[in-house]
Amino acid sequence: MKRMSTVRVLAATTVAAASLITMAVASTASASSGGLAKGAPVNIGISLSLSGDFSADGQAFQRGYELWAKEQNAHGGLLGHKINLIIKSDSSSATQVVTNYQDLISQDHVQLVFGPFSSLLTVPAAQTAERYGYAMVEGAGGAPSVFQAHLSNVFDVSLPVANDLMPFAQWISSLPKSQRPTSAYYVTSNDPFTEPQLPVAQKIMSKAGIKSLGFTVFPAEVTDYTSIADKVAAAKAQVVVLGAVDVPTVSAFMQAFEQAHYNPKAFISTAGPDQGAAFLKAVGAKNASGMMVPNAWYGGSANPLSKTMVAAYIKQYGGNAAGINSDVAEAYSVGEVMTQAVQATGGFNNAKILAYLHSGKVLSSVQGPVKFNKLGENVDPTAFTFQWQGTKFVQVNPVGDPNSVKVLFPKPAWKS
Amino acid sequence: MSGSALTYAIVDGVLTGSVYALMATGLTLIFGVMDIINIAQGIFVVLGAYLSYAIQVHWGIDPFVGLLITIPTLFVVGIVVERAFMARLKGPEKTAMSILVTYAVSLLIEGSLNMIFSVNDVQINAWYVNQSFKLFGVYFAYIYVFGFIMAVVLLAALWALLYRTRFGASVRASLADQTAAALIGINVRRVATICFGIGTAVTAAGGMVFGATNAFNASSSYDLISRLLTIIVLGGMGSLGGALVASIGMVMLEDVVGVVWSPIWSTMTFFIVLVVVLSIRPQGLFGKQLARTA
Repeated sequence: MKRMSTVRVLAATTVAAASLITMAVASTASASSGGLAKGAPVNIGISLSLSGDFSADGQAFQRGYELWAKEQNAHGGLLGHKINLIIKSDSSSATQVVTNYQDLISQDHVQLVFGPFSSLLTVPAAQTAERYGYAMVEGAGGAPSVFQAHLSNVFDVSLPVANDLMPFAQWISSLPKSQRPTSAYYVTSNDPFTEPQLPVAQKIMSKAGIKSLGFTVFPAEVTDYTSIADKVAAAKAQVVVLGAVDVPTVSAFMQAFEQAHYNPKAFISTAGPDQGAAFLKAVGAKNASGMMVPNAWYGGSANPLSKTMVAAYIKQYGGNAAGINSDVAEAYSVGEVMTQAVQATGGFNNAKILAYLHSGKVLSSVQGPVKFNKLGENVDPTAFTFQWQGTKFVQVNPVGDPNSVKVLFPKPAWKS
Repeated sequence: MSGSALTYAIVDGVLTGSVYALMATGLTLIFGVMDIINIAQGIFVVLGAYLSYAIQVHWGIDPFVGLLITIPTLFVVGIVVERAFMARLKGPEKTAMSILVTYAVSLLIEGSLNMIFSVNDVQINAWYVNQSFKLFGVYFAYIYVFGFIMAVVLLAALWALLYRTRFGASVRASLADQTAAALIGINVRRVATICFGIGTAVTAAGGMVFGATNAFNASSSYDLISRLLTIIVLGGMGSLGGALVASIGMVMLEDVVGVVWSPIWSTMTFFIVLVVVLSIRPQGLFGKQLARTA
């Protein structure tokens, strides 16, 4: 009997504690829901990889978020509240990203949260935010694994990555038989961002008779790519499709190919060449020519919103449009989408924002239109392929698009 | 899998492994003499790469020639770090505390490098970085061949310093038994400081080759340090010869497994070998005792 009563006491205590926690969380959420005093800033919490493996992308994202906040503040902030970004570094760690969002929500009592960099970190980040009822609008979590988590609060403003390589694969498959490459090699890091992209391209290209000479997956934490790149070079495929997340990976493959006197007719990487001036600086301007990358945005975009952002970016940081990292646009788009959600709902109530973003409304961003399906994928953007032609970064696919220029094909020889 | 791919894997393993040996030798020397696990060795490599990059970009000095500047510079950096932080570590907790202190040093240098150079990746460029020559049907990249020659020369110089000089005898005595070395009049404290300087200085050379074969930023140090620590554990903590054998063996094993089987299994295969070796010889391939008498 005594044992039973102890259990009951424990159960009652647990229920009471759970109720208190729920009330506390609810009160936090309600505090973040629009009860902001006049003149008080709206705090937005963000975890970014300012050090560690994703630091280059993380800091580019920081620029994008800060540029958006600055521009928005210059136009009155959000509903008259000045935007205050609270950015914590997660050191590219999935553990730290969870701690950061917990702290941002429960200690800093931010009204809104924006996403971190990479699909790898977006899943734990969004799961944490979901527990507190916060919407997680993000720009770099487009891998299938993010949406397969079936989170109700994640909204990726960028292009879902699975179909990124489709325009490239369709273009190369559509070439006249006399020009069409006969073989391809697929090599990718085992990253949720890169790995799902290559089979899509392989399927399309194989259908067009382009023989697969190999499909190699390598660990994300490799420090020496030479032997992997040499293996690809030894196969002498006419097309190389590389699943890379950063500049060092692409750079290592380019260097090893040149050392092996191997120059594929077409060379596309899932990321790296999209990092603007950072890519040119690492690989050398001469060697960059012909390198391709899929994406939804580039500095030369004709989108008026993009033109405005590019002008603001150059004013703030200098450089030119081709040198702007596409991460900047992805982060900026997050801010734009959240702005529209806040304005449409008239406050910072995350429940209302979630409902609004799920409503299927078409929103606008520097990357183009944004419309979310029930999983939070952006179903409206168009996938493009971009290419370095000399020191110009241009759109080359889809062929027939008024903004696409002729593909530099075959790729020029290495020119170190 | 073609025969040429396997040949390349073996050649790459030997050439690249020698450069890792150079970096790992410094780490194992520091541990052997001072019982310090220098987590900052990875960032010292990156610092060496940045120094080579900076003097090439700003002064137009070839990276190999620039070693005449960067090696002494890193030696001084090592001395300063040792005097400022390591010399204060004493007692039975010294080794454990050294991990924390050198990690803090690593973060400090990483932050400074990020402020100075930004986080955007850079790479050292010279005519030989992307070029190669053909020998017996195999392309040899100049940078790896030059790096290999440099590593052999520097490791030979280090060997000569340790085994053919009076200072080397002091180092070896300290490696064997610090208390006994002190009792016969060796200034163990001074030996330790110089060894830390030497261990740091060799990263200038390793870092230069690393920076010429990889685009890098300050965060590149994380992957490096884990690899270097693994190498010296396999070779035997404190063993110079072990670091050399383990570096070349590890890189070659990874490369061959990557080509013959899959790169995904490369690292795991290495760790299987590591576990097997440690279960038979807990002190590593060339355990401390062997290194101290070799």
